[in-house]
Amino acid sequence: MAISRRHPAALFAVLFVALGTTGAAYAAVSTGTAPQAAATSSTQVDEGKQLFLEGCSSCHGVAAQGSSDGPSLIGVGAAAVDFQVGSGRMPLAGPAIQAVDKPPVYTEEEIASLAAYVASLGAGPAIPSDEMVDTSNADLVLGGELFRTNCSQCHNVAGRGGALSNGRWAPNLMAADPKEIYEAMITGPQNMPVFSDKTITPEEKKDIIRYIEELQKSENPGGADLGRFGPVTEGVFIFIVGLGILIVISVWIGAKAR
Amino acid sequence: MSTVTPTDTTATSGGAASWVDDRLHASGGLSKLLKKVFPDHWSFMLGEVALYSFIILLLSGTYLTLWFKPSMTEVIYNGSYMPLKGIKMSEAYASTLDISFDVRAGLLMRQIHHWAALFFLAAMSVHLMRVFFTGAFRKPREMNWVIGTVLLTLGILEGFAGYSLPDDLLSGTGLRIAQGIMQAIPLVGTYLAMFLFGGEFPGNDFISRLYSVHILLIPGILLALVTVHLIMVFYQKHTQFPGAGRTESNVVGFRLYPIYMAKAGGFFFIVFGVTTLISALVAINPIWLYGPYTPSQVTAGSQPDWYMGWLDGAVRIMPNWETNVLGHTISWNLLVPALVIPGIMFTSMGLYPWIEAWVSGDKREHNLLDRPRNAATRTSLGAMALSFYMMLWFSGDNDIIATAFHLSINQITLALRVLIFVVPPVVFIITKRICLGLQRKDRETLLHGYESGQVLRLPHGEFIEIHKPVSLEEKAVLMGKADIAPLPAPLAIDANGVANPKAKAGAIRTRMSAWFYADNVAAPTALELAEAEEHALHGASHGEISSH
Repeated sequence: MAISRRHPAALFAVLFVALGTTGAAYAAVSTGTAPQAAATSSTQVDEGKQLFLEGCSSCHGVAAQGSSDGPSLIGVGAAAVDFQVGSGRMPLAGPAIQAVDKPPVYTEEEIASLAAYVASLGAGPAIPSDEMVDTSNADLVLGGELFRTNCSQCHNVAGRGGALSNGRWAPNLMAADPKEIYEAMITGPQNMPVFSDKTITPEEKKDIIRYIEELQKSENPGGADLGRFGPVTEGVFIFIVGLGILIVISVWIGAKAR
Repeated sequence: MSTVTPTDTTATSGGAASWVDDRLHASGGLSKLLKKVFPDHWSFMLGEVALYSFIILLLSGTYLTLWFKPSMTEVIYNGSYMPLKGIKMSEAYASTLDISFDVRAGLLMRQIHHWAALFFLAAMSVHLMRVFFTGAFRKPREMNWVIGTVLLTLGILEGFAGYSLPDDLLSGTGLRIAQGIMQAIPLVGTYLAMFLFGGEFPGNDFISRLYSVHILLIPGILLALVTVHLIMVFYQKHTQFPGAGRTESNVVGFRLYPIYMAKAGGFFFIVFGVTTLISALVAINPIWLYGPYTPSQVTAGSQPDWYMGWLDGAVRIMPNWETNVLGHTISWNLLVPALVIPGIMFTSMGLYPWIEAWVSGDKREHNLLDRPRNAATRTSLGAMALSFYMMLWFSGDNDIIATAFHLSINQITLALRVLIFVVPPVVFIITKRICLGLQRKDRETLLHGYESGQVLRLPHGEFIEIHKPVSLEEKAVLMGKADIAPLPAPLAIDANGVANPKAKAGAIRTRMSAWFYADNVAAPTALELAEAEEHALHGASHGEISSH
């Protein structure tokens, strides 16, 4: 599949990967090491390791043990990699208070390899299967209740995101896909707490995702939603549009009398 | 067959009117009322917008009372909004959901009621600005100014009560803060909060108590005060801007009947129409998203309606200061922003007419308005107060600003803690300079005419721009500037050599008066105007115009 979204970094990433794999292949041939284990997962892990050394190790350390620039990845699991790299938050463009989601830099296979490598370092949450995020039988009402109890204080009651301390933020959920939401809950990326399966069961996670999908439909029985930001946008609207219209009409009525 | 038929004198055209007048003898007063003259200016209609919004609120509110159940009794929702079906909630919230989803035109009525409330307070605030900046609060209208201040205060309380009634997450969060503010009142706070809420928060009583306040007590007082407010406008007559033929002792405009009846009646329908249009097209407070209030839940972006935003902002901007006195906590962090600052703001607003009258020593009646530029210090004070209010408003929106513009909420708060002290004085100075500049321009225009844009080249090569005298109408407007001289310093010792006991207070007043009026650019005197006119004629005939 061709890279459909041409991120400025995409070219570099492609070059990087191409050079990296060529180098790796050359190294493998020239040293004539013993054949790898036959299992595909094992080659995937090796590929992942290679990608990791090239693209991630400068911050996370050559053995993923972490450094002053990035946390240890031992035990974070495949789900964390799939979330961070799959949503484009990693690799980080530069030091920042919080990673911003952007078009992913790696291909799906590369992300799978990276995830496999990180998963091989220590036990951690796995990437949820399609069945685990299938919300067709989920409980919408319970999901709403759980969302309002656990999620809305940061992500806003309509999932539109909100401010956290010191320039951090809880992102808008309107474009999040079910797998991404699930992974976020089990891995706790950035400032988000981990919602383990003991706190919120896998079934309840489905319910929450179901509710977020409902919010994403943005059905507004009342009309235009003004971004669902709450009373602030309503106040701005009444002054600029509401009073604006009435003042224009007042001026018109006043002018007619002259 | 010859029964006498009494002649029916009322069976002519206007029969009904005569019938009423035969019994009430009201025609004399009514005809006087109908001939009442009102001046015309678009800014005089801002108060009308507030009045009409109030009427819309009464109408739509009555509709809502037919279905709203002000009860905190727990029920299980079984209405048609699927995402909340089967959830336990208060009857108040359930009935608000029913109004929104199951009552015919309920959602539209709810939205009309809420948008009209925002309109009501916005229009009142802008009307207040108009009255302040034009000096319409001066003698003899100080009492009506005070009534207006009370109306605004009650309007804010009324709005907050309405915002709190649906018992959704946003309502409850707001009430929790209100309860905290009550508790911050020294000595009586906790007792007061326990008394009003019938125990610990949230209790089971507050919604029903708030309901009678919202639909009976405050609207009753509002209605009575609005009536007095209007009667006083009728009785004292409306102010007017200076202009040709307008004096302190006349009113130039149109009669109530038929012109103003038609205008005001039509404008009511315009306000109602615009409110309905907005309510039909734009959602307000989608309570179904917020869910029922539970003290364990809160949402990012919890905000009050705009008219409470400044108060919320004051609380957000205040450093977290507390003092412990003999085992009792004094919460400066709530006491100062939520009680002291609003107290100062509304008290100084209410007293402003007397403050300015004391500073100016002006005891005259004023039926002609000031153009804002001509009362430079007052206008600057008003702009300064508004900028202070705006800073509080921004503080109240700090999380939305942080989210929308990718800023740090902590830095916004820190910046506002500085800006709230820096911006208002800067605004004062800038506004005053603008006003004085405009005064100078007006003076120039009167003395030398306006710049016509016609450039003339004189025989020796010099270019001049021809100034032309302004129209009579424009001249009357410019001449409407009423200068007030700073008060003279009081005598320290009177003619009999006795020390004046009021000298010290008088000195403060003199200084205030100088600060208020000394910079004023005096309007040209009759002599100066005559000279300028002479000069223009003289200059034109001798080519002296080139010396400009």
